[in-house]
Amino acid sequence: MNKHTLAVTVENKPGVLTRVTTLFRRRGYNIDSLTVGTTENPGISRMTIVVEGDDKVIEQVTKQLYKLVDVCKVIDITSERAVDRELVLIKVKADNNVRAEIVQIVDIFRARIVDIGRNSLIIEATGDRGKIDAIEDSFRPFGIIELVRTGKVAMVRGSK
Amino acid sequence: MKMKGAEILLHCLQKEGVDVIFGYPGGQALPIYDALYDSPIQHILVRHEQGAAHAADGYARASGKTGVCLATSGPGATNLVTGIATAYMDSVPMVVLTGQVGSSFIGTDAFQEADIIGITLPITKHSYMVERTEDVARLVKEAFHIAGTNRPGPVVLDLPRDVMDRVIDFEDNNEEVNIRGYRVMKGVNNGQIIAAAEMINRAERPVIYAGGGIIISGAAVELKEMAEKAKIPVTTTLMGMGAFPGMNYLALGMLGMHGTRYANYAISECDVLIAVGVRFDDRVTAKLEHFAPNASIIHIDIDAAEIGKNVDIDVPIVGDVKEALQALIPRLQSREELSEWHQTISRWKAEFPLRYGKSSEGRIMPQHVIEKIYELTQGEAIITTEVGQHQMWAAQYCQYKNPRTFLTSGGLGTMGYGFPAAIGAKIARPDMTVIDIAGDGSIQMNIQELGTAVQYKVPVIICILNNQYLGMVRQWQGLFYNGRYSYTDMTHQPDFVKLAEAYGAVGMRITRNEDVESALQEALQIKDRPVLMDFWVEREANVYPMVPPGQSLLNMLGGEDNE
Ligand SMILES: Cc1cc2nc3c(=O)[nH]c(=O)nc-3n(C[C@H](O)[C@H](O)[C@H](O)COP(=O)(O)OP(=O)(O)OC[C@H]3O[C@@H](n4cnc5c(N)ncnc54)[C@H](O)[C@@H]3O)c2cc1C
Ligand SMILES: Cc1ncc(C[n+]2csc(CCOP(=O)(O)OP(=O)(O)O)c2C)c(N)n1
Repeated sequence: MNKHTLAVTVENKPGVLTRVTTLFRRRGYNIDSLTVGTTENPGISRMTIVVEGDDKVIEQVTKQLYKLVDVCKVIDITSERAVDRELVLIKVKADNNVRAEIVQIVDIFRARIVDIGRNSLIIEATGDRGKIDAIEDSFRPFGIIELVRTGKVAMVRGSK
Repeated sequence: MKMKGAEILLHCLQKEGVDVIFGYPGGQALPIYDALYDSPIQHILVRHEQGAAHAADGYARASGKTGVCLATSGPGATNLVTGIATAYMDSVPMVVLTGQVGSSFIGTDAFQEADIIGITLPITKHSYMVERTEDVARLVKEAFHIAGTNRPGPVVLDLPRDVMDRVIDFEDNNEEVNIRGYRVMKGVNNGQIIAAAEMINRAERPVIYAGGGIIISGAAVELKEMAEKAKIPVTTTLMGMGAFPGMNYLALGMLGMHGTRYANYAISECDVLIAVGVRFDDRVTAKLEHFAPNASIIHIDIDAAEIGKNVDIDVPIVGDVKEALQALIPRLQSREELSEWHQTISRWKAEFPLRYGKSSEGRIMPQHVIEKIYELTQGEAIITTEVGQHQMWAAQYCQYKNPRTFLTSGGLGTMGYGFPAAIGAKIARPDMTVIDIAGDGSIQMNIQELGTAVQYKVPVIICILNNQYLGMVRQWQGLFYNGRYSYTDMTHQPDFVKLAEAYGAVGMRITRNEDVESALQEALQIKDRPVLMDFWVEREANVYPMVPPGQSLLNMLGGEDNE
């Protein structure tokens, strides 16, 4: 199954998110991640939806999204030259024996330590999905107490 | 001018050309009802909100205008749901007005609060919670615009009581509708039209598969022109009945699960399939892999999402059918009879006509009643149906000349649709005879609307083909569940004649073949009241041909001889 990233421009109105998720649920499309946020235009929000499916499914998803009155534009940016980023917060077990090692890993990934507890650290990192996956893998051996990822946001490069 | 929200609402409805609303009052709709008291818009008081939704739907399908229904909040609104879903599945333009609790109560589980926007999200084209009285005019306009353009559908306007009560300084500045994410489809791709024309001109065994989109688009004239110019046989879906004259020499009748043998053979053998305003429903295609296996397929549809949804398309044309056909027709070669193909089809027609057997006990055959209805009305009546065997026979044994004369719940298959839809249709087209072909099961789902039809003197005719079974389900149990008729026997039923009379309608019972015609003639003369005709028909007649579920269109049961 391929993952596709759709950049969806929608009206910034109550209920729009529900309309989109209802559509995905009703038609049985799999959302891998979905983020919503405001844009430079206060009337418009931007969703970045990562959805799983073959080309036929993605074509249907796109067409069905367009049928929602509140959806203005849908772009499949999977194969575009795009910047995509995700943010992760990881609370990892960290007693004195392993702290130094953890700090090293944090440096390698250009992540940051944002909270220090007695036996744990919270680490913040941003990057594309591959990097975040790698960070997650690197900390797993120490024991991850809690982890939260934002899901990705993306933007096409250049003047488009 | 100082106006209340509810007054603005009715003012705007009038401007949209609304002359009738089907509705039922209640607490949160009181401001609207108060304004209706002085409004020139006619209000038809139904007996159940489901009846209001179906009546608005029947009105819309019969007239081509947008139907309007109205209910109070909570239970009133939820009673509309089946009617909204029915309209949604069949692409019917409808504006649904619901009362709602006051803005400050929303979200508090207030008395008779129901989240009707949330409930109807997957079965509406769009919906609005009207939050400010200032927005009423604009949103009414948007609602009608969205409901009636492109692929039509129901739009809900949820109207909190205080928004309807509030008085504002209202000035109608006739704003243009401008919705960023919604544009009316215009034009068709010329390259695709050329490709389609070439494909059709080269075809040896073409077939047109015509559907509801033609009726919605108002393109029946163009369809006939195209078919007759290029001599292409036409099969229609259940929703396409009336899009092409049933008695035309090129007509193949309905295709699909209960289609004619010759239509299904033609689909299976054709080399070019021209699909016009159809959505490749599973009742039509049967097993997808075997659908039109030898054909290149052209698909014209205004909804891009329908193209390639179920079947891969060789020439997709996104746009309005009428526009597309107008562009296509001049590019088609005039043809004489496509002799070989037409001969093959004629042979199939002669060999496998629709036919039915005789009753074992001398009872009336249900198909016979429908043939008589056609004989007496000659395609000049509006036929509505409920859902079941009678619905299929109505499609098979009646011919339809004109668009908007066959109203049936195809997509959702809603029992209880036909009678309220007939009331709506008769109100839209008082000049037309309107007949609801019903089953004894279905009619009991909205029979309370006899009260409405009698009160407003709506002279529709209900023909119950009474087999004392939920016949369509019984047929499946007979064929696929070893004849175990689990809970489909409806022998226990009211005396329909007395029931009609109790409501003030005319009731008739017909039990003998020789009385069918005269009874129908008598009913057709009654112009001041509804007539309920209770035909006692053969109990275990089946609808044939039938493509069993999961089979290909070629695997039809029945219809080979008079069984
Ligand atoms: C018991 C039962 C049995 C049934 N058996 C059969 C059967 O044997 N055969 C059969 O055919 N049906 C049958 N049906 C009906 C079936 O379920 C579908 O409702 C029907 O086949 C759909 O018809 P359609 O393809 O014409 O599409 P519709 O539902 O009428 O949809 C219209 C299509 O046209 C498009 N459109 C709308 N406006 C325009 C426009 N202006 N320009 C271009 N395109 C437009 C829409 O986007 C849509 O794709 C049965 C139903 C029931 C309840
Ligand atoms: C509201 C609703 N409930 C259940 C069904 C399932 N169903 C389809 S046909 C049918 C039987 C209809 O019986 P009747 O109205 O007597 O018509 P007949 O088939 O006997 O002509 C049923 C129960 C349905 N289509 N709609």
